[in-house]
Amino acid sequence: MEQQEIIPHLFRTEYSKVVAVLGKLFGFEHIEVAEDIASDTFLLAAETWGIKGLPDNPAAWLYTVAKNKAKDHLKRNNIFSDKVKPGIQQAETGFHEIEIDLSGKNIADSQLQMMFAICHPSIPPEAQIGLSLRILCGFGIEEIADAFLSNKETINKRLFRAKEKLRQERVKIELPKSSEIDARLGAVLTTLYLLFNEGYYSLSQNTTLRKDLCLEAMRLNYLLTDNPGTNTPPANALLSLMCFHASRFDARLGQNGEVILYDEQDTALWDEALIKQGELYLNKAATGDKISKYHLEAGIAYWHTKKDDSPQKWENILQLYNQLLQVEYSPMAALNRTYALAKARDKAAAITEAEKLQLTGNHLYYSLLGYLYTGVDRQKALAHLNTALKLAKSKADKETIGKRLRKLNADS
Amino acid sequence: MKDFLFLYRADYKAAPAGSPEEMQNMMKKWMDWIGSIAAQNKLTDRGHPLGGEGKVLRPDNVVTDGPYTEIKELLGGYTIVKAESLDEAVSLAHGCPILEVGGNVEVRPINQM
Repeated sequence: MEQQEIIPHLFRTEYSKVVAVLGKLFGFEHIEVAEDIASDTFLLAAETWGIKGLPDNPAAWLYTVAKNKAKDHLKRNNIFSDKVKPGIQQAETGFHEIEIDLSGKNIADSQLQMMFAICHPSIPPEAQIGLSLRILCGFGIEEIADAFLSNKETINKRLFRAKEKLRQERVKIELPKSSEIDARLGAVLTTLYLLFNEGYYSLSQNTTLRKDLCLEAMRLNYLLTDNPGTNTPPANALLSLMCFHASRFDARLGQNGEVILYDEQDTALWDEALIKQGELYLNKAATGDKISKYHLEAGIAYWHTKKDDSPQKWENILQLYNQLLQVEYSPMAALNRTYALAKARDKAAAITEAEKLQLTGNHLYYSLLGYLYTGVDRQKALAHLNTALKLAKSKADKETIGKRLRKLNADS
Repeated sequence: MKDFLFLYRADYKAAPAGSPEEMQNMMKKWMDWIGSIAAQNKLTDRGHPLGGEGKVLRPDNVVTDGPYTEIKELLGGYTIVKAESLDEAVSLAHGCPILEVGGNVEVRPINQM
């Protein structure tokens, strides 16, 4: 018998599908039942497959076991009469056979509905992300703790409280009404954006995990664009943005997990296929008459995938930052705008602007000043870089700044 | 921090309409100048340009075509910024492209009621 290779992340992927379908069936009132059934299924799989080897169709095996466990549970419990039965329009002819639909369509629909339910304004953003990772993405508590640089107890408490709140608010696992969908979609997109950022900027050393977070955010975003009701311009813009950023994932991190800045990246490591994907979604996003901040950020990310260093490219980026800052101010955007100004015009203009920002306490501000004064005023450049070094918290950041200081000291 | 109103005035008839290139450059200057204020986190409301036509309502329901056409300057638009003092608000107004065409920026504090 051929020993098949177990697909990486098979358990995590299938877990999330099973939980979404069962979760929809049981509702938040009994969400733990859905999670327990799913966990039991995978426990059995691990034990059985370990001894007997992989079945021919692992997914089908998992679904069959999950369905049977769910049916057993329903038969033995009041959940059937309280919740599930009212929803089933079948005549009372004795033995009720409940069909648990694990078709591709129902899985996608359930996950979409679960996404809206979890990204609910009544629970805080970290809880939305945590719950998304657990229920929608099938991550373990340890993995979530690692991603958040937290511990298991904190994460467990956070998820427990979140589920309680969703129960209290009687949140239904369904798509919002079409009149509410734009507003609720905003919350979903914010959560996906934050989830992607967790993976992209996280200080966790676990590179594989961080990449997975980004990919999960993209997968969930794809569910939105694949459904006519939620396939809006902002959803496409966000997916475009994620594709562009993800295209540089391999070039961003060095051998020891240190961050390699845009200027110094090996562009051969940029993923051209992802860049093309990003362009595809950016085009799809270019409809309607509203510009969201995701459109602007996607536009900026698009220009960053162009390898040339012309003033025109940076002028485009500058104008996009001008707009972005009006839609939503952030210190990062202010700093990046100033950098773009330096590249589009000259350092003198950028220095004038940078001095106005006064982002004291922010190591990136002093890093930028250090860069701007390099080649202009060596003493000031050194002073600013030293301030940046003092303020920097992560080892990776300190190393990046240290490198530039050494270079500046050497060039005398 | 307090809100301040910028009122832009210029003699728009005196300034000749530029070529498309010049107009685009002017637009870029405005974008950069507003962007600069936004980057300092001091922009409350970018505001909008004002249409050239208008009317003035006076006591006894007298309505005349306005704005005042005897005065060469026309109020062309507005912006609202944040600052600690009037002086700081005025310093934010520096570099406003309207100054290049002989216009001016009136800076007034907005008193919250």
